[in-house]
Amino acid sequence: MNWIQVGKLDDIPRQGSRIVHTASGEIALFRSVDDEVFALDNRCPHKGGPLAQGIVHGKRVTCPLHSWVIELETGSAVAPDVGCAPRHDTKVESGIVFLNVKA
Amino acid sequence: MNKVKTKLVVIGNGMAGIRTLEELLKMSPDEYDITVFGAELQPNYNRILLSPVLSGEMEFKDTVLNDWSWYKDHNIKLHTGKWVSKIDRQHCVIETEDGLTVPYDRLLIATGSNPIILPIPGVNLPGVIAYRSIADVEQMQAAAKVSKRAVVIGGGLLGLEAANGLALQGMDVSVVHLCDWPMERQLDKVGGGLLKDALEKRGLKFYLSRQTESILGMDKVRGLRFKDGEEIEADLVVMAAGIRPNIALAKSAGIHCERGIVVNDTMQTYDPKIYSVGECVQHRGQTYGLVAPLFEQAKVAANHLAEYGRMRYEGSSVSTKLKVTGIDLFSAGDFNAGPEDEELLLQDSARGVYKKLVLRDNKLRGAVMYGDTIDGPWYFQMLRDGTDVSEMREHILFGQVHLGDAGHGGAASVANMADTAEVCGCNGVCKGTIVNAIIEKKLFTLEEVRAHTKASSSCGSCTGLVESILANTLGGDYSTKPSKKALCGCTESTHEEVRAAITKQNLKSLPQLMQALHWKTPDGCHSCRPALNFYLLSAWPGEYQDDSRSRFINERVHANIQKDGTYSVIPRIWGGVTSPAELRSIADIADKYQVPTVKITGGQRIDLLGVTKENLPKMWGDMVAAGFVSGHAYGKSLRTVKTCVGSEWCRFGTQDSTGLGIRVEKMTWGSWTPHKFKIAVSGCPRNCAEATIKDFGVVCVDSGFEIHVGGNGGIKVRVTDFLCKVATEAEVMEYCGAFMQLYREEAHYLDRTAPWIERVGLAYVKQRIVEDAAGRVELYARFLESQRYSQDDPWKERAEGKDAHEYTPLATIE
Repeated sequence: MNWIQVGKLDDIPRQGSRIVHTASGEIALFRSVDDEVFALDNRCPHKGGPLAQGIVHGKRVTCPLHSWVIELETGSAVAPDVGCAPRHDTKVESGIVFLNVKA
Repeated sequence: MNKVKTKLVVIGNGMAGIRTLEELLKMSPDEYDITVFGAELQPNYNRILLSPVLSGEMEFKDTVLNDWSWYKDHNIKLHTGKWVSKIDRQHCVIETEDGLTVPYDRLLIATGSNPIILPIPGVNLPGVIAYRSIADVEQMQAAAKVSKRAVVIGGGLLGLEAANGLALQGMDVSVVHLCDWPMERQLDKVGGGLLKDALEKRGLKFYLSRQTESILGMDKVRGLRFKDGEEIEADLVVMAAGIRPNIALAKSAGIHCERGIVVNDTMQTYDPKIYSVGECVQHRGQTYGLVAPLFEQAKVAANHLAEYGRMRYEGSSVSTKLKVTGIDLFSAGDFNAGPEDEELLLQDSARGVYKKLVLRDNKLRGAVMYGDTIDGPWYFQMLRDGTDVSEMREHILFGQVHLGDAGHGGAASVANMADTAEVCGCNGVCKGTIVNAIIEKKLFTLEEVRAHTKASSSCGSCTGLVESILANTLGGDYSTKPSKKALCGCTESTHEEVRAAITKQNLKSLPQLMQALHWKTPDGCHSCRPALNFYLLSAWPGEYQDDSRSRFINERVHANIQKDGTYSVIPRIWGGVTSPAELRSIADIADKYQVPTVKITGGQRIDLLGVTKENLPKMWGDMVAAGFVSGHAYGKSLRTVKTCVGSEWCRFGTQDSTGLGIRVEKMTWGSWTPHKFKIAVSGCPRNCAEATIKDFGVVCVDSGFEIHVGGNGGIKVRVTDFLCKVATEAEVMEYCGAFMQLYREEAHYLDRTAPWIERVGLAYVKQRIVEDAAGRVELYARFLESQRYSQDDPWKERAEGKDAHEYTPLATIE
């Protein structure tokens, strides 16, 4: 594991998200209503919409372009839509958010 | 330790019983130990698709809704081919014909209905078949292989579908019917006549106004004799004279029955341990033979079996379609006009189109349509909503499409569309794709079709067409929208109930609201959160703290997201009037941020497209410095006030339309509304500002100002309704504010003014805005009050640093 510190939990709005720029593209970090943090590639499996701009509800986000709903834990689209956004591991320790970028 | 589960026994393995179980398992998967008894040998299948199976257009396996493995997967004990012969209510045990006994804690009776067999001589002869189950269909198909002449007794929906199916199997088919025309319960005489002509062209023979006296034959059927002595030959007789609730078992157990098993609004019988759903049920004096009500009942029964105890079934109104390929027919409500009713008729014999609407007190009571049924769902919706149609009386017969309906080639007849014809122009979905999805994925509702095919899920202009395809594929029994429409899947509450609760219970935050109304999800979804946020904002101006996390991205970052993730910036240009200095500033800003596309919009403004999110606050800072404010081109809010040049320049202008437009825009900008809101002011009746397709339009005349409301361009072009004429500009401002406030306070979120007015009726809006002068003044005052809190320029705030996290990355890593 290669944990990289990316910021404070408080920097991500609850029910919101922030973007992390990486060499391989944007990663969206989401914070759920109960303060869990998830990370997905910032591209909807449908037409590449920026998931970080969607509405976060429960452990899901709705893509702003065509309203696909994506599971934050797995990156999978909610049925009947089919597709998956690559996910990355996260952890929060003492209010600091860490990201492990999957190659 | 394993908890002993409550025992639920279901009598009836058909659509109603199993749908109830599906709903129950969704809510409470582990509560019950479930046993199902079915008299037929098959697992649950879609009975409404028997006709296509009979005609050979479909195979039985395509109609199975729950296969054997479904029962296994949910630990349901299934007994097929077993008749329950007794319910012992004292000991809570059921008994089957072959001696099996099963105890129950809760019992669900879903025994459906039986075909009516006429009490005439010869009904027991071989070759006489009812039409109710897959076994009947198999018998009919076998008979069709060896015999030639079939007679169907009964010219109702079921009888005609059977006759059509047998004809397609190659038989000579005659239909015998008691009445003067077929389907008299769904069609009036003219519509029935058209249907008869169409079916005769397909080779069916009709014997109308005939009563069958006896079926002839010694060891098998040979013919039929009518009361008047006439005889016809037949090798096969199909009884399709109607259905009757199957209540024998319930009755023998002493459960109160009239025509059906009597249930209350929770689908409970007079025995509190016993529930009942489907065609065997009598609810508020009504029995139903269609699928839509049955699904609503299943939902309610499941809710109570799961001990949620919250829902009530309040009866259904139903519409009918005949499932005969190539024939478009629709009927709903009570279409036989009584003395107090009025009839609106349209008959075009050359096109084979007939429409009849029955009105009472300006409300639709019934509709019959033949040949062109595309507006069936629209009429049905108005019928159920009790919409006042007096204002659209002149054109209602021509349907919703007469004002132009973009995106699906203006198709009016679903039956005659080719499978390759495009239905949904947004998502490129063809008719064949939709029909296949309905059959293969076993879809019953518009929402399901949208989810699986995407048809009608974008702009919605093809919704009527998709509903017609659903109805055509599933026949009369397709499930329309439930009579009470919940705001979204997170709740059972309707828009009205939510708004009422906000003010009555003094609810002032999203979590508070969701808790008070028992939201099923912890923090809602993308559909309900923006709606609730708007309702709270509209109810408590200045007090409620807008929740940016419940705003769609465009409203959250005050710019329009584009397909590549960049944004567009549209500054407000008051009344469409600008100056060389303003244009220079816009050009300089466009240069500075290398804006790739600059476009003039339809609302007399300038659109700068292709701006990255990070650049937005800086660009807005420059805009603000040049004197611009946000154009709110991204919001469910006031968009533009379009004007023509008016009396200042135009030789025809009667009033200062440009100046009035600017004053109106200064008053209304920044206001949040249920959907976007557009205004226009034209200086004379030539109407160059196109005021009569705006939400609020003013047409200046020499003697004053005409006010028009409820128009829009776009998907369904709708011309405004004339509201009233006023004499002064001050009155225009007052009416405008009052109208916007009424719309904000009462429309559903995401309703534009057009569908809102169509729902509540123009008469209502006139009463509130024109007739009730004191009420108008109050609405206007409330509008101005809430504007005090919403005219802070969001661009200025963000250029100064508000919500900075929205526009910058959290981190950059290598």
